[in-house]
Amino acid sequence: MSLVDETFRRLRSEGKKALMPFLTAGDPDLPFTAEVLKELAKRGAHLCELGVPYSDPIADGPVIQASYTRALEKKVKLADILKTAGEVAPTLVHEKNRVPVVTMVSYAIIYRHGLAKYVADAKAAGIAGAIVPDLLVEESAEFSELCRKEDFSLIQLVTPTTPRDRAKRIAERSTGFLYYVSVTGITGERTQLPPGLIDNVNWMRSQTELPICIGFGISTPEHVKLLAPAADGLIVGSALVRRVAAAATEPRAKVLNDVGAYVASLLAALN
Amino acid sequence: MAAVPSSAVAQVPDDVGRFGAFGGRYVPETLTKALDQLAREYDAAIKDPKFIADLDYLLKNYVGRPNPLYFLERLTKKCGGAKLYVKREDLNHTGAHKINNTLGQTLLTLRMGKKRVIAETGAGQHGVATANACARFGLECIVYMGEEDIRRQKLNVFNMRMLGAEVRPVTTGSRTLRDAINEAMRDWMSSVETTHYIIGSVVGPHPFPRIVRDFQSVIGRETIEQSQAQFGRLPNCVVACVGGGSNAAGMFYPFVEHKSVELVGVEAGGRGAKPGDHAAPLSHGTPGVLHGSFSYVMQDEDGQTSDVHSVSAGLDYPGVGPEHSYWKDAGRVRYTYCEDSEALEAFDAMARSEGILPALESSHAIAKGMEEARKRGPDEIVVICLSGRGDKDAFEVARLKGMKLE
Ligand SMILES: Cc1ncc(COP(=O)(O)O)c(C=O)c1O
Repeated sequence: MSLVDETFRRLRSEGKKALMPFLTAGDPDLPFTAEVLKELAKRGAHLCELGVPYSDPIADGPVIQASYTRALEKKVKLADILKTAGEVAPTLVHEKNRVPVVTMVSYAIIYRHGLAKYVADAKAAGIAGAIVPDLLVEESAEFSELCRKEDFSLIQLVTPTTPRDRAKRIAERSTGFLYYVSVTGITGERTQLPPGLIDNVNWMRSQTELPICIGFGISTPEHVKLLAPAADGLIVGSALVRRVAAAATEPRAKVLNDVGAYVASLLAALN
Repeated sequence: MAAVPSSAVAQVPDDVGRFGAFGGRYVPETLTKALDQLAREYDAAIKDPKFIADLDYLLKNYVGRPNPLYFLERLTKKCGGAKLYVKREDLNHTGAHKINNTLGQTLLTLRMGKKRVIAETGAGQHGVATANACARFGLECIVYMGEEDIRRQKLNVFNMRMLGAEVRPVTTGSRTLRDAINEAMRDWMSSVETTHYIIGSVVGPHPFPRIVRDFQSVIGRETIEQSQAQFGRLPNCVVACVGGGSNAAGMFYPFVEHKSVELVGVEAGGRGAKPGDHAAPLSHGTPGVLHGSFSYVMQDEDGQTSDVHSVSAGLDYPGVGPEHSYWKDAGRVRYTYCEDSEALEAFDAMARSEGILPALESSHAIAKGMEEARKRGPDEIVVICLSGRGDKDAFEVARLKGMKLE
């Protein structure tokens, strides 16, 4: 069992839902990324998703793209990200429970690093799993097998365009949780989430025991209230990345406090 | 992972889009349904006599095919070796080979009942070809183009707008072809149910590399027929430039199993072999993932795509189609590169000796074709794929020569 599995098992036994904030590693720099991770855990985020900047992210909207570009302009390297993760991830604890960190990382990066080496190095850094947005279930056999052997969660994605028989196959292959993408589109805050989303998640729910987390577009306490009953967890990306990005021009203590308060407002709507 | 093949075969890709170890599909799940639909539609279309007849009609009457296989009399004399011929893709309607693929994919768009088309473009030739085809069939057309390429290829931008297409400037990253593909893919992520993405080269996720190669292989098929008719045999050597690799794939594919014919692919050597100074992944890169496909690519040690350079907007791309990687590793095609300065010399030579202004992309192939001719005796024949005409490059060539155009 990975730390992700343990976390959802505990939350389910307590009848609770998870909040999983996403942030870009190295924007504006890795020391601040570490500070934000600590703040997120302190406020009660249940899991954290750490985005590894990539030069050509086709699933990402302007906010996350720009954060990746800024981080890469500062020459953030995978080795440095893993080093920072190794220092912070094991220390992330909330009410005695460890807060797992999973990476959102492109297959281009994993392949270049070496599949087995990626799993080994990420695990050594205290990372519990990976979301690989460009690794389809058909292409994932080799990496999936390596992850399984190491108890490293490989979280697969289902989207509104995924046919139902395919969604079932994806759920069978996913470990840790199943990432349900709310919209047909790229990441970014939305005012309105698509009609039918909750019905689709409910259908997915009837097909798998795996925890289901909804992501893309979620940004307000209202979204959280609406979606929490249908899912095991909610993922918030661009809305948080935008707030963290303010650290480029504003005092860091203030940004950290804003980020913390924002997460607290979502948590209040969650459980 | 498949072992390195001992020889290349034409029966690729397999059902999941693999050319040996290369190709495949590395894209977000959102796009899977549309890619599967496209693969199914394509398989049905090529078995449908009406589809084939419609495409043949357009290639003949709209594009002007077959275009000539033309003897370069004065350049041959100048080189003093093998006879040089060019396959005149520059004479196609819209001035380049790109229209062969665009029309095929436009007919697929109509079959799928989609009304909106997106495309990326580098040199603007694919954008122009797509804009023409969409105007012809009444489809909405949006073309993503890097800001740097908009500067370099003004004339094509103007033409696309005249044809009713919307040209969307891309301001991210290097502002060239690679970023235009990223933006087109992002558009498709949201519009995939109603929109077809007409990709302009043999790159991207399965089934694009196969479909684009097949639509472009009319170049090689005609060349084989014309060679048989004009010289009673096949050429000794065939040369084409490689950006994403579509004119080269279309030219080479029908020759793959004619083992006596040497095939030479020419990448952009830019200013030199230093990283960032060229766009030659087959010569200087390593296998990796970019734009949905596993192929040779220019990347750093973290898998981040590197910046590349070429005078020619159509070759200024860090990746290459997966079938070229397959041909390279199988030893079927020899890949080399041509620097900016050599390409400009070949541009001049072609203009002054033959009265043909070639595209800067094609000038790379001409430079290496002349080199091949010099190495060979007068009984040998070298065919160059003249992928496009040079009008679009007027502003850029003038700038490079320190001249001014109004
Ligand atoms: C005339 C011409 N030749 C070649 C290319 C390179 O593309 P490919 O390698 O796909 O043929 C382009 C691309 O824009 C082009 O316009």
